[in-house]
Amino acid sequence: MENTAKQQHPIGVYLKIWLLLFVFSTLSYMVDYFEFQGLLRWSLILIFMFAKAGLIVAVFMHMFWERMALIYAILLPPLALMVFVGIMSMESDYTLLTRLTFFG
Amino acid sequence: MNVNASAQDAETRMASLVNDWADDKEAFRVPWGKAMMWIFLVSDTFIFGSFLIGYMTVRMSSTEPWPLASEVFALTIFGVELPLILIAIMTFILISSSGTMAMAVNYGYRRERKKTAMLMLLTAVLGASFVGMQAFEWTKLIVEEGIRPWGNPLGAAQFGATFFMITGFHGLHVSAGVIYLLVVAIRVLKGRYEQQGKYEIVEIAGLYWHFVDLVWVFIFALFYLW
Repeated sequence: MENTAKQQHPIGVYLKIWLLLFVFSTLSYMVDYFEFQGLLRWSLILIFMFAKAGLIVAVFMHMFWERMALIYAILLPPLALMVFVGIMSMESDYTLLTRLTFFG
Repeated sequence: MNVNASAQDAETRMASLVNDWADDKEAFRVPWGKAMMWIFLVSDTFIFGSFLIGYMTVRMSSTEPWPLASEVFALTIFGVELPLILIAIMTFILISSSGTMAMAVNYGYRRERKKTAMLMLLTAVLGASFVGMQAFEWTKLIVEEGIRPWGNPLGAAQFGATFFMITGFHGLHVSAGVIYLLVVAIRVLKGRYEQQGKYEIVEIAGLYWHFVDLVWVFIFALFYLW
């Protein structure tokens, strides 16, 4: 099958990604260890999170070498979750505001 | 005449709809098992996504202080208190199991039966130790810290509810994955896929396992580091 032939990568690729994932995990642990706060903490946590997620999906799950039809079918639907995050974060701000106003 | 023509037109349009959906076309040129696993994983993404969004919503709207994860999950090792150390170790273990799984898939396509099976067994062992550490963590939280799904002495009651729900559901995925990996590894060892020439089964099991690791990346960042 055409597909199986394409998945033959040297083992070294996986070892490098493995190492990178260790580095990113250590860095995100350091964010907590050194007690960074506020915007710095948030941006570092999210950058390391998306970097790790991207490496796992692209290399370990072979997404980088898949056909476009599959890539779009898998990666586009979860974008709806981003919209959901936005909606619910506005909703929880509103809930907190009403709680503080009427029960504070 | 006119009516007839439009009726016929409608019929051919209906026929085209049926044709397009029933046609022998392939959208995804991958083995069907792999496409189905991806579709399952997308649906699982929505489940975990909804859990994490629910957690975000209750945490952001809570008037009670949220228990500090780095203190709740701290462990004292040789007299030194280390924040989140168990969670960090669990993270490294799960990443390592993903690494061994990726190598197992690679050796599978090279038809190296024993190496594939051994790496898969190693992956399963790492996964099982992850679940073991999670059991230890849960026990510590329930017995020592008195954290319950309906409340805890440290702050917002929703902490327990979301913690047990999210990590519990993830732990179930890891446990199911360990069983799945063991089944496939034994079949690899017995030479079942060699006869069929179907080593993509290993890759499909790998997709599930990497997904479990992927979910942990989000839980680690959003639950433990927030």
